[in-house]
Parts: sequence; structure tokens; C-alpha cells
Amino acid sequence: MGERRKVALFVALAIGATGALLVVRGPAEAGQSGGQGDPSGTAGPGATATQSSTGSNRGAADGALVEGGRQLFLTSCVSCHGVDGFGGPDGPNIQTAGEAGADFMLRTGRMPMAAPSPQPPTKPPAYNDEQIRQLVAYVATLGNGPAIPEIDTSRGSVQKGSQLYLSNCAACHNSAAVGGAISYGRYAPSLQQTAAQQVGEAPRVGPGEMPTFDARAISPSELNDIATYVEYLRKPPNPGGANLGYTGPVAEGFVALLIGLGILVLVIRWITRESGAGSVKEAHGKVPVPAPHVKTARDAHPATTVGEAEANG
Amino acid sequence: MDERFGLALVGQSAIQKIFPNHWSFLLGELALYSFVVLVGTGIYLSLFFNANTGETTYAGSYQPLQGVRMSNAYASALDISFETKAGLLTRQVHHWAALIFIGAIVVHLARVFFTGAFRRPRELNWVVGITLFLLAIVNGFAGYSLLDDQLSGTGLRIGYSVLISIPVVGTWLASLIFGGEFPGTDIIPRLFVAHVLIVPLLIMVLIAIHLAILVKHKHAHFPGAGATDNNVVGERLWPTYTFKAAGLFFLVFAVEVALGGFAQVNPIWLYGPFAPQNVSSASQPDWYMGWLEGALRLMPPWETRIAGFTIPNPFWAGVVPPGVLFGLLYAWPWIEARFTKDHAEHHVLDRPRDRPVRTALGVGVLTMASVLGFAGSDDVLAVAFNLSINGLVWTFRVLLFVGPLITGAIAYKVCLELQRRDGPLVDPVLVAQASSNGEGGGGSPGKVPPSPEPAEPVPADP
Ligand code: HEC
Ligand code: HEC
Repeated sequence: MGERRKVALFVALAIGATGALLVVRGPAEAGQSGGQGDPSGTAGPGATATQSSTGSNRGAADGALVEGGRQLFLTSCVSCHGVDGFGGPDGPNIQTAGEAGADFMLRTGRMPMAAPSPQPPTKPPAYNDEQIRQLVAYVATLGNGPAIPEIDTSRGSVQKGSQLYLSNCAACHNSAAVGGAISYGRYAPSLQQTAAQQVGEAPRVGPGEMPTFDARAISPSELNDIATYVEYLRKPPNPGGANLGYTGPVAEGFVALLIGLGILVLVIRWITRESGAGSVKEAHGKVPVPAPHVKTARDAHPATTVGEAEANG
Repeated sequence: MDERFGLALVGQSAIQKIFPNHWSFLLGELALYSFVVLVGTGIYLSLFFNANTGETTYAGSYQPLQGVRMSNAYASALDISFETKAGLLTRQVHHWAALIFIGAIVVHLARVFFTGAFRRPRELNWVVGITLFLLAIVNGFAGYSLLDDQLSGTGLRIGYSVLISIPVVGTWLASLIFGGEFPGTDIIPRLFVAHVLIVPLLIMVLIAIHLAILVKHKHAHFPGAGATDNNVVGERLWPTYTFKAAGLFFLVFAVEVALGGFAQVNPIWLYGPFAPQNVSSASQPDWYMGWLEGALRLMPPWETRIAGFTIPNPFWAGVVPPGVLFGLLYAWPWIEARFTKDHAEHHVLDRPRDRPVRTALGVGVLTMASVLGFAGSDDVLAVAFNLSINGLVWTFRVLLFVGPLITGAIAYKVCLELQRRDGPLVDPVLVAQASSNGEGGGGSPGKVPPSPEPAEPVPADP
């Protein structure tokens, strides 16, 4: 990969130098022109450390855990979600949110919501792992909700995952998982920073505008494949160089026009720059000297015309 | 030595040609050289591309797609990217060169428009140029659609829906081109033939005509000391200009190779094979089609009925705007001559400031196209700048009509202001020439800056 880029740089510089040489026709200025590219192609999306909890507290609800969760809920959540998660004016009923819903909302930092907004933003989680497990255990007791799916990306298949991701998720989250816009200021967030566990939970939870995918739509192993592929997309190989933010033809258009064409326009300004002495006025009336830099002009009418002025018509 | 070759005789007159020295006269050359790069890289790619839509199982080295069923076309594009020697580099240089090619055509076209270089006797060459522009867009779209990845399929689907929206003939036309319903198996092989053979051949022939007419007419030049409608002031074709041209070719090639080597373009492996039911966010066409995409996105979902026919929405956004734009472009030399009643031959170019109305119109049209282009990227802009898509759509709808008025008015004002700063006519040669030519019907005062340098055009958009 790096090898290929080196070759490209070398070729571009060599060709560019040849071009520059031809333009200036002197060895002096060769070499400092031609292809400028930024060699930062390797900048991959920064991956954050993943902290995932597998549903260790499944089944026998540990009484202490639930009680701790209830206390936290009463202080931080009840104002919006009401007693027993029954819901209220500022928050929906979360009795069927389940372990998966609570874990997803808490670990992506969506809950507790600071203020009502069309879409809770992703933030660093407000609670530590212990508190989250307490809250999850408590919310799970409120009703029948989805359990935390088992995600283990070392066992998933990127091949199946890529196909499932492209057909189920890319429409909103983009084929490179950098996110996309939905109507009215809502957006499908980038999944580049999302821990694999939460990537697996989201389809079961269906947060906000996102549809819910139950086990009939996406089986548990398929869910694991999707999470595996999304993890792969955090550091895809980018064999072609700088990834331009994965925004497709829009970014490509800007680069082509502003950088590619922009450089070339500067180049043509450079090669047509006036070369000092040979201004039009000076040459007027003199016998034209066929030195390449000198430009002469004369009206075409006299039959004796030679040189740089040409008759039209 | 030269006398031995008959060639020298032919070459003799060509060598003594004069080419005026102004940077904006080289914009067309940027397009020409990009085309050369496109042909070169394209030939290499065509050796490996397989335009067959039959299914195969991918077995190449790109891990996430191993074992996936896909068309031969897409699989061969992946193989070019991952297996072929220098395949990805060539593909990327080809793609960047295409984007730059059409960009260079647009700025060249703008230069010709704003300086009035389309006026008699160059109307025919203007028509050839517009046709080249059109063919370049068509071929770009064909190339983009060829690879049968998700993005290209999405583009083709939109193209198909625009085609069938044409009243009366649309359905017939679409099934003729696609060989039946979308997507079908015929379209990719057909696009391939169009992309590598028919359209490039047409482009080559038209470029030859374009240049032949240019040589016949000789290059127009900017007003300046000594420049008249009867001569060309500049540098000799040989050796000065030839060296510059050859050097420029290498520099164009270098910039495009550098982009191809360092900036990833169209990463089709991420998009996956085309499946009609799939789509990805940020699905945009290449930039030169962005304005059409924008028109489709801005068009409200109105249903129109004319004489009992329901006219589908894409017709108003996808067929009418390009039809009107290209119709106007083709007819412009005659439209303008009608209004200015100026039918004389011109070899001295206008400075944009001296033709404020034309300049304002051109700036307005460019503004409109840019607004549409941005509208075509609304979802990407919404994410990048944290804006609401619906807000953007309404903003662009308003800007589409208000923007050109504002920028046009500003351009007009700037032209007048620049004229005022130039002061009265100073160059006696031109004063004499202007009066002897009896020109001036065009409303151009023929003002000339005091400096002997050729004037530079006003920046189009303040
Ligand atoms: C400011 C009000 C507010 C507070 C405080 C709040 N929430 Fe929420 N919560 C909401 C709203 C509004 C939604 C719906 C968001 C959406 O889906 O877009 C929600 C959604 C949820 C959901 C998902 C419901 C579902 O069925 O998908 C869960 C689970 C949840 N909250 C848990 C909590 C927990 C646990 C806390 C306390 C740590 C909390 N919330 C604090 C307002 C609040
Ligand atoms: C219809 C569009 C849509 C589809 C399809 C969709 N999502 Fe989402 N997704 C969203 C939206 C909108 C949000 C933000 C929800 C909120 O917070 O209100 C979201 C949020 C998420 C998040 C949380 C990311 C974070 O870090 O905050 C994950 C993970 C996720 N989606 C994964 C998936 C996966 C996996 C699929 C495919 C199975 C999928 N989504 C399909 C729209 C979609």
C-alpha cells in the first residue's frame, strides 16, 4: 500500500518535473513543481476504547443490583419517565425498553437526557459500569423487553455482515457508517465511535427514528455479523489514499475542482506570466527577434509582415 | 534538412501560427490534456473490465466481499482495484481526470462566454464546444454507471425514472435504452460500448473539428496595444508555445496522477454490489450531474396534468432544466446578436466588464447551477454542518430564484464600477481601430486599460 503510494508520488513528481522543465526550458527550476498530494492517507477514524457489558446479570435479577438501580432511577429518571417507567409528558413509557434499551441508552450517553430535544445526542456515559448495570437490571424488571444481545466480533463474519449492513443499515447510516441525515434535523449518527455491543443493541431497541429489527428480521448471529462489519468499517483499508471523509462524490467534486483544477489554473497562470523584457510595446516596429520570449506585434496589412502578428480573414 | 520532408511544407505555416499569451486561453487545453489522460488510462482499464452482468461469486482479495454473489462487471472492477497491477491507481487517475476534464470544460466555456469569443465568426465552434460539453457529461455518467456498484445503480435508477417521465415517448425510450425494465441485463454492456467507443470517438472527432476551426479562425485576443480585429498578437507556435503546451500536458498529468495516488475516489468496495432494494445515504452523482440531482431534490411533489396526461415529477426537474439550459447555450450566439444587432466579425475579445448585461446573465446562470449543485448534496451538507435537511431544501428553493438576481446585480454593478475606474479611452491605436471598424452597435465602449498588458477578465463572482 505505502509502496504503491510512493510509486504514485514518484511518477507524479517525475512527470510534473518533466512538464516544468519543458515550460521553463532550463534545468534550474525543475523538480519543485508538479504533483502535490497530501500523504496523510492513513488517517483512519479514531477508534475509541470499547466498554461493553455482556448480559451477565441475565435471569435471576440480583436483588441488590435492582435496588441500586431503583434508587438511581428515582433520582435521575423519574422526572421524565415517571414512577415505574410509566412515562410522562417529558419522556415515553420505558416499561418494555428492556435490558437492551436501557443498556443502549445509558452506554451511548443518550440517557439521562439533559433537556428535551428532537433527538438525544450521543455523549460519554453519565454513569460508571456498576451504576449502568444497576439501572439496566432495574429497567428490566419493569416489563418484557429485549435482552442484551450477545455480541462477540471475533466470531462474526464480515462477509455476511457487509451484505446485511448494506441492505438494512446503510440507507440511513451510510455505506461507510459515517452517518446520514434524516428529515427535520434528525440524523442517523456515525457508527464509527460506537462500541460493538451497542451496535448490536440498537437494532433491537430501535431508538428514535430508527426502525426496530426483532430476531425474525435479523437473527442473533446475523446481528453479530453486522456488529463485526461495523467494527471493520472503523478502520477500513483505504487502499486508494485519503478517504475524504467517506462523503462520496460531494467531497470528490470539491477536491477535483478546488484542489485539482485549482492547482492547474495556478499552473497556467504561472506559465503565461509575462517574462519581463518581451512586452508588446517594445517589439513594435522592430524586426522581430525569433527568441522564444520576445513577442512582437504588428498590423497585418503591410505585405512585409513577418513574425508574431498574423492576419485574420 | 527540412526541405526533404513534404511534412515540413505543411508544418511551415502551422509553425508560424501565433498564439496569444493569456492564461485563460489555456483552460481549454486543460480539458484537452485531461482527455488525453482519460484515453490513456481508459485503454488500460478496458483491458481488464468485464461488462457482463451475469452473476459470479467474488473470490478476490477484498475480505468483506469474499463469497458474495455479484455481477461480473462489479467483480472485475473490484479485481482492477485489488488485483491488477497499478489497477487502482489507474482507476483513480481516470476518475479524477474525468472530474477535472469536465471542470476544465466548464471554466473554458465560461471564459468563452464572458469574453464574447462565441461571436461571429466563431458561432459554429461554440456549437461544437457545447456539444463536447454535453458528450463529456454523458460519458462521465456512463463511466460512473458502468461499475455496477450500489452507487452507480442508484444513479442509473434515477436516470431511468427521468427517462420514463418524458411524456408520450418516455416509456418507449427507456425500454429501448435499457432493453426492457430497469435494471435489466443489457444496460451495462451498452453503456460500456458507449463509454469506451462511441462517445470517445465522437469527442475525438469534435475536438479535431474544434481545433481545426480554431486554427482557421486564429485565436481571438484581448484588447491591448497592437491587438486589432485584423491580427493576432502573441507567441509563435514554435518553439515557445509548443514547449509550454507540452509542459502543460505533463503538469496536468502530474496533478491527476498525484490525486489518483493520494486521494481515494469512488471506493466501490464500500458501496457493495448493486441490489435494487438497497440504497446508501450520501448517494450523489459526480459533481457535473449534481445540479440535476439538486433539481430533482428541490422539485415539490406536484402532480401536473396537461391535456389529460399526467406528467411525472422527474420530468420538470430532470428533463426541463437541462433542456432549457442547453437550448439556451446552443442558441446564445444568435440570441445575443439579435439583441445587440451586432453581426460584425470580432477577433478582439470583450472584457467582461465592458458587457455588463452578458456578464450579469452568465453570473446568474452559474449561481443557479451552483445552488442546484449544493441542493443535490443537501444530506451531506446537513450532516457536515448540523443543519436540518428540510430547512436546507427550503433555503435552496428560495436561493434558486433570489440568488441569481443578487449575484447578477452585483456583477452588473461591479462591471460598471470597473469601467468607471478605467477612465476614458487611452490607446490611440484602439480608438482609431474602434472608429474604423464602425463597431459599437454592441453597446461596448471599447474601453481599454492604460497598461499595455492584455486586460484580465473581471472575477466572475464577487
Ligand atoms: C429530560 C427527560 C429524560 C430524562 C431525565 C431521562 N429520559 Fe429516558 N427518554 C427521554 C425521552 C424523550 C426518550 C425518547 C427518546 C427517543 O427515543 O428519541 C427517552 C427514552 C428512553 C429509553 C428508550 C425507550 C424505548 O422504548 O426505546 C430508555 C430505556 C430510557 N429513556 C431510560 C432512561 C433512564 C434509565 C434515565 C435515567 C438515567 C432516563 N431515561 C432519563 C427522556 C428522558
Ligand atoms: C431509518 C433509518 C435507520 C436505519 C435503517 C437504521 N438506523 Fe440506526 N439509527 C437511526 C437513527 C435516526 C438513530 C439515532 C436515534 C436516536 O438517538 O434518536 C440511529 C442510531 C443508531 C445507533 C446508535 C449510534 C450511537 O453511537 O449513538 C446504532 C449503533 C445504530 N443506529 C445501528 C444501526 C444498525 C446496526 C442498523 C441496521 C440493522 C441501523 N442502525 C439501521 C436510523 C436508522
